[in-house]
Amino acid sequence: MSLIEIRDLHKRFGAVEVLKGIDLDIAAGEVVAIIGKSGSGKSTLLRCMNGLESHEAGSITVGGKVLLQDEEHLRALRLEVGMVFQQFNLFPHLTAGRNVMLSPMVVKGLAEAEAKPIAEKVLARVGLAEKFGSFPDQLSGGQQQRVAIARALAMNPKALLCDEITSALDPELVNEVLAVVKSLAADGMTLAMVTHEMRFARDVCDRVLFMHQGRIHESGRPEDVFASPKTPELQQFLGALS
Amino acid sequence: MIDFTAWDIVRNLLLAARWTVALSLVAFALGGLVGLLVLFARVGRAKPLRWGAVAFIEVFQGTPLLMQLFLVFFGLPLVGVDTPAWFAACLALTLWTAAFLAEIWRGCVESVPKGQWEASASLAMNYLQQMRHVVLPQALRLAVPPTVGFSVQVVKGTALASIIGFVELSKASTMITNASFQPFTVYGAAAAAYFLLCFPLSAWSRRLERTLHVAHRN
Amino acid sequence: MAYQFDFVDVFKYTDVLARGVGLTVTLIGVGGTIGIAVGIAGAWARGYSGNRALEWLVAGYVEAIRNTPFLVQLFFIFYGLPSLGVRLTEVQAALLAMVVNLGAYATEIIRAGIEAVPRGQREAGASLAMTRMQVFRHVVLRPALQKIWPALSSQLVIVMFGSAVCSQIAAEELTYAANFIQSRNFRAFEVYFVATGLYLVLALLLRQGMRSLGGWLVFGRRA
Repeated sequence: MSLIEIRDLHKRFGAVEVLKGIDLDIAAGEVVAIIGKSGSGKSTLLRCMNGLESHEAGSITVGGKVLLQDEEHLRALRLEVGMVFQQFNLFPHLTAGRNVMLSPMVVKGLAEAEAKPIAEKVLARVGLAEKFGSFPDQLSGGQQQRVAIARALAMNPKALLCDEITSALDPELVNEVLAVVKSLAADGMTLAMVTHEMRFARDVCDRVLFMHQGRIHESGRPEDVFASPKTPELQQFLGALS
Repeated sequence: MIDFTAWDIVRNLLLAARWTVALSLVAFALGGLVGLLVLFARVGRAKPLRWGAVAFIEVFQGTPLLMQLFLVFFGLPLVGVDTPAWFAACLALTLWTAAFLAEIWRGCVESVPKGQWEASASLAMNYLQQMRHVVLPQALRLAVPPTVGFSVQVVKGTALASIIGFVELSKASTMITNASFQPFTVYGAAAAAYFLLCFPLSAWSRRLERTLHVAHRN
Repeated sequence: MAYQFDFVDVFKYTDVLARGVGLTVTLIGVGGTIGIAVGIAGAWARGYSGNRALEWLVAGYVEAIRNTPFLVQLFFIFYGLPSLGVRLTEVQAALLAMVVNLGAYATEIIRAGIEAVPRGQREAGASLAMTRMQVFRHVVLRPALQKIWPALSSQLVIVMFGSAVCSQIAAEELTYAANFIQSRNFRAFEVYFVATGLYLVLALLLRQGMRSLGGWLVFGRRA
């Protein structure tokens, strides 16, 4: 059974239909890249999978549980599925360690003494054990994003959604973040990532989805999708990149 | 004891409200004029004038309006000026309003980019010409919403004139209460009257603010 | 003959002035603390409660207070409420009026601060499975207070100046003390001049106090 099942998902912003019937299955341990032009609906799809956007029709099922729009169901979903954002969204008034500890403490009700080792472990996991006491504005963009990944990991999610997590970074900082994602993938974490890093998608992902005008236009194994794109839209998209 | 009907209360309050309106208008108009002078001094080049303007603003923004009212009311007679309550109220409210408006407008003037001053100076304009033709027209657009917003403070500020015996809405409320023994109704009605005066100004200021923001974005 | 200023006659009453200052400080200290708490609750109700009726109620409260004079609010509470069976002492009425008044302004100010917190912050909190209340408390509130702390401090000073009218219901604060002294020594100008100076100093101290409090409470960086 798939970890995440999406059936005929529709989403509109006012008059604009941004998702026009998405069907998608993501198996546990699978690493999926979502590519496409801006406005193709790829970020919206990802945000729907965390309940940050509501949907009008269709269903999202995570671990066998259907996602409903009330707070209780949304929170149950978010305990299973973590999210990392383009703009990091670290809490500026808290240290890196406190950013990571906050949710285990307030959501899961852990004591400080229980949350701290978890924070230390996940910060070490992203290579930032020594930055526990640093505030976000004392960290580089790449370090902030790695703390954001650690923050999501601290909740022990079954899957991680990454929304263009390297797009706001200076080019020289991209690799340190991708290296973390790669090691997560190697450890069997289920990942869905919207990305513009085609090489990374080809090297690390099990499957690539190309979105176009609110639909999954083409998908397949990265070696097939990148080497021999079938649709003219994907050919054009890949051509524009190179 | 005279029997006061609800209509008696409302009628008397409305009559008194005229004086609240009159006092507000005078204080706002004169305060605006004086405020403009203070503004010119505050953003001008003459150091002593600038310091004077800063001191004026600090004193009138930094002390209670009621104290200003008392000082004018009790102070002017000491230097031989006959000071009825209405005159003291007008004068104190004017000065107080001037200080706040000058400070509000200074913010607007200073948000006009430095380049505008330099460009107009390079065209050989003097200070007054720069203000009149280049800076103020640009600052004005920004100034309207907060100025309208401050008019609400002026209307509410006139209530303090009642304390030195000027019979406006608040003083009338107290007088009617003393005669009718219906404080809940009378002060409730007075509050409603103030609300009817102030709320349209608040709402208007907010709307101006919104349009300005929208215009800014495009 | 020119008027001879005489401040000695004022300083004979230093103890009266000191008691007045004491009550003014107490009023703004207690009223300010509760008023800010009301403001936080009000801002929460407007933006985070998700309860329409409550939102409208708070919006109505804020508009009612912001569009009527403090003096009338005070009279309504002190003279009007007893007809509903709520009888308050002068000091209680003054305190309640200040809390109600500051609460409304603080609600608006804090709400503006909350709206200035980037949406991504709330989304990050939500994505970590926090409830709306948890997001408000742990993610939004402190950055919001940081943004509006100066505005909140200014409002507190305005409310302290406004508290001068509490003398009109015979709450024995600074202005009441000044009124009392001038009724004894007939040196109205000198008395009010001194009282004005004291308000000026109190305002400076209040601003400084708010800066220190803010540094400790909302800007403090705790590891």
